[in-house]
Amino acid sequence: MRPIGESRRLGRWGGPAGIVGLILTGLATLVLLAFLVALLTTVLSKGMPAFSWRFVSTIPRKDFFDVDSAAILPMVVGTSLRVLIMTVFVMPFGVITAVYLTEYADPASPFTRGIRAAIGNIAGVPSIVFGLFGLGFFVNFLGRGLDGLTGSGVPVFGRPSLLWASLTLAVMTLPVVIVATEESLRSIPSGLREASLALGATKLETVWTIVLPQALPGILTGGILAVGRAAGEVAPILFTGAAYYTAELPGRLTDQFMDLGYHVYVLATQSPNVDQTAPILYATALALLVLTLALNAGAILLRSRMRRNLREAV
Amino acid sequence: MARLLPCRHTTGRGLQPALSEFKGIVIGFVRVLCLWGWMGLVGRVLAGEITVKGSDTLVVLAQRWAETYMAGHPGTRIQVTGGGTGTGFAALQNQTTDICTASRRLKARELETCIRTFRKRPAEHAVAMDGLSVYVNPSNPIRELSLEDLREVFTGRITNWKDLGGPDAPITLYSRESSSGTYEFFKERVLSGRDFAPTMQTLQGTAQVIQAVGQDRLGIGYGGAAYGSGAKTLGIARTRGGMAVEPNEKTVHSGEYPVSRYLYCYVNPSTDRPEIANFLGWIRGPEGQSLVRDVGYYPLPVRRD
Amino acid sequence: MGLRRGHRARPGEWIIEKLIQAVGLSTIGLMVLILVFVGREALPVLMGRINTALVQPILPSKEIDSIPRDDLRSYLELSRSQFEGMDREMLMAMMEAREEGFRDIPESFRADPDSTVNTADWRQLLLPRQWTGYTRPEFVWQPVGTIHKYNLVPLLVGSLKVTLVGLLFAVPLSLGAALYVSQLAPVRVREWVKPTIELLAGIPSVVLGVFCLLVLSGLLQSLFGYQFRLNALVAGIGLGLTAVPLIFTIAEDSFTGVPRGYVQASLALGASPWQAAWQVVLPSAMPGVVAAMILGFGRCLGETMVVLMASGNASMLSWSLFDSTRSMTATIAAEMAEAVSGGGHYRMLFLLGTLLFAISFVTHLIGGRIVRRLRRRLGGVA
Repeated sequence: MRPIGESRRLGRWGGPAGIVGLILTGLATLVLLAFLVALLTTVLSKGMPAFSWRFVSTIPRKDFFDVDSAAILPMVVGTSLRVLIMTVFVMPFGVITAVYLTEYADPASPFTRGIRAAIGNIAGVPSIVFGLFGLGFFVNFLGRGLDGLTGSGVPVFGRPSLLWASLTLAVMTLPVVIVATEESLRSIPSGLREASLALGATKLETVWTIVLPQALPGILTGGILAVGRAAGEVAPILFTGAAYYTAELPGRLTDQFMDLGYHVYVLATQSPNVDQTAPILYATALALLVLTLALNAGAILLRSRMRRNLREAV
Repeated sequence: MARLLPCRHTTGRGLQPALSEFKGIVIGFVRVLCLWGWMGLVGRVLAGEITVKGSDTLVVLAQRWAETYMAGHPGTRIQVTGGGTGTGFAALQNQTTDICTASRRLKARELETCIRTFRKRPAEHAVAMDGLSVYVNPSNPIRELSLEDLREVFTGRITNWKDLGGPDAPITLYSRESSSGTYEFFKERVLSGRDFAPTMQTLQGTAQVIQAVGQDRLGIGYGGAAYGSGAKTLGIARTRGGMAVEPNEKTVHSGEYPVSRYLYCYVNPSTDRPEIANFLGWIRGPEGQSLVRDVGYYPLPVRRD
Repeated sequence: MGLRRGHRARPGEWIIEKLIQAVGLSTIGLMVLILVFVGREALPVLMGRINTALVQPILPSKEIDSIPRDDLRSYLELSRSQFEGMDREMLMAMMEAREEGFRDIPESFRADPDSTVNTADWRQLLLPRQWTGYTRPEFVWQPVGTIHKYNLVPLLVGSLKVTLVGLLFAVPLSLGAALYVSQLAPVRVREWVKPTIELLAGIPSVVLGVFCLLVLSGLLQSLFGYQFRLNALVAGIGLGLTAVPLIFTIAEDSFTGVPRGYVQASLALGASPWQAAWQVVLPSAMPGVVAAMILGFGRCLGETMVVLMASGNASMLSWSLFDSTRSMTATIAAEMAEAVSGGGHYRMLFLLGTLLFAISFVTHLIGGRIVRRLRRRLGGVA
């Protein structure tokens, strides 16, 4: 795809209007890049001094606003766990839905259109509304229901926890996984499927042995994108699991947890002395940024490689 | 997608070699998680676990208490969450917390809900005192205000510093978020229940208020005493022309400082476990109270209980 | 892509295929579930079945034995089963709590006409009212205090205002950048600029919030010298940054999706690259651009952390860019903590959530329809 490349050699920019247009659009690009660079350099330059292996790998034993002994291991663990558990729920569900949509569903049926509309809508629902949903459905309805069934006087499930936060995020990231998986399923030449069917495989065998392995990079991309999206989200877990402070790492699914993003928010707004604790704030933000950017960059790379392979194959 | 099918056809046939390895990792991962989740279900509530939830004003102090107490009592695990006094009460009513820290007293409605769920009133314990401070920018010439002035300023009737004897410039108001007990206390005690001016900016923490006032030459804000550095604290007089009082331990204990309050812990009466009573006793004892001073609040007057 | 050939599925596989279908269909159920569980808590407000007046009639606890049981039950707002499970002592305790609550009302409020107003009534939610102490009718959101005022208008306006600022910031920049990247930039520039801008999508909104709160706010204030450091402009720019990757990606895709023949034809007719981009590519990609704007609108409206941290959160009704604003999302995030579960304030926040859900539903419906029409139009070529 290089729509204009050839014509450039004609060497005409179309008078002042063309030059102004070029400058304006180029400027827009530059402004966006400048914001990105400003943000990254701010976080990097202010966060690096406090960022160290010790900072990432120890549990803070004293007040976590204390600049010298602050550390973020519990938050890193909490965030990692919640996205991992989310992955366990969202991946099978998302992949199966995508398989249904591409391999089984009749594209014209109202059900299929309903499913697509639902996926699009879930993708557009504000993240804070997922927080409300998680609180109303998972914590208050499912959790308390489970507690009622097990008959324990003390609530075990009917309170915010790692499990409910992960499930809330799984609902939120479902569209990401479905869309990415669908894209990669569609990119598989239908000749492969037809060959498999012609050799006597059933449809399910075809999906399982031919289609899914081929689509694996795309599915992985979806998973990484979902994890990247979820890792940085704070709003959905505000009411469903994030804790201001827990003494120990979460050991059970029903524990509350400390979270990197929420901790950034806490450091920025609750700190007893904002200027003094700014280094640890930026260092924590840096850790979160590294995590999400690495995931997103990984997904972008994987996807571009997949697309290139596809183009070469076709 | 791990065990959907009998494995007959899944190995070998045209798969990328990495796939089976990948599958192994996924299955192993799922197994570990299942095991871990199962342990979680079986483990239930461990003996000696206390959850503390509630006021943001108290969260730093509660965390300090928890850390120090756990260091001396290895069998106890304490989990501290903020979110606001209201969150704490809601959690107390849902029985999702053992101790609710509160910067205000329980309201009648909340009391009713508690009775409905516990069949009893929750137990109330005062654990510290707080003098609410009013902050202005260090460059501001004003040193003291009366309660009446504060009311006029925060309800938006006085909007210029010159009406208070300062420079001719508009006043910028900063407040805590309405989920904080501090907001409500200030509204009741200083504003006599009237509404804050709508132009007032609400920030999430007292530290943010102080930072904002520290940066804003024309700002005025209020917050807990624990955070008082970076901005100038005003003396407050009960009446116009009356003697202004600075917040300190003496004036707060004697009640001379007009905007002081108790901070509380509420306990669910049905989860009356000895470790909670021990923890509360320790908080109200000399060790716990000395931490109160470290964090910047005022300890309970001696011999109050 | 339905494949209708191949061997008939074995019985075990038939079950699995049905399961796959069930999982697919459950997506619809999931969306309904979200609506139901968010809307459920707001329903009493919508049905007008909730009364949040400060002063309500009090039944003296001394007369507990002479009050008909049904009256007592409805007075204490108990369900039948709850009521059966309570003994006299508990009922007494609840009645006493009610009396204490009444006694706690400051003297000055008892005679106040405001204290008997049901503040959760739709008129108080949407229309201005001259509350005691105000000089003219106003829209007031002050949900915490002696009289809870739940007027939604300042929050609606606040949300709209920051969203519009966000769009005003994001749309021209993203469209310009998309046009540049897809049509005018040299290939080598294009190859690294596009993923770099898309990298913005990977920046967590809470980090953007920190950037706006601590860096941008001070910078803009020293630049423009306005009174409120945190305001709609700062929050709007932050919001815009969260929406840029979305708008940019959709716009870029739709620019690239314009058939190459169009461009080549116009170039062959002597148009400059700019003319081709401006007069041919942009108009033919218009549906995509509109869709990008609509989806960007939904994204801005629903963003929470940036607004919460950078907008100043003052619930005043004003259209000025330099005033602090309070958005619906930030209100939910900030106030859920205080709201008593099941109380008026709690339901009001769920009402805001339902409203947000409804708005995102509608924007998506419109945006999705436009995208589909676009796909159909370009379907033969792309």
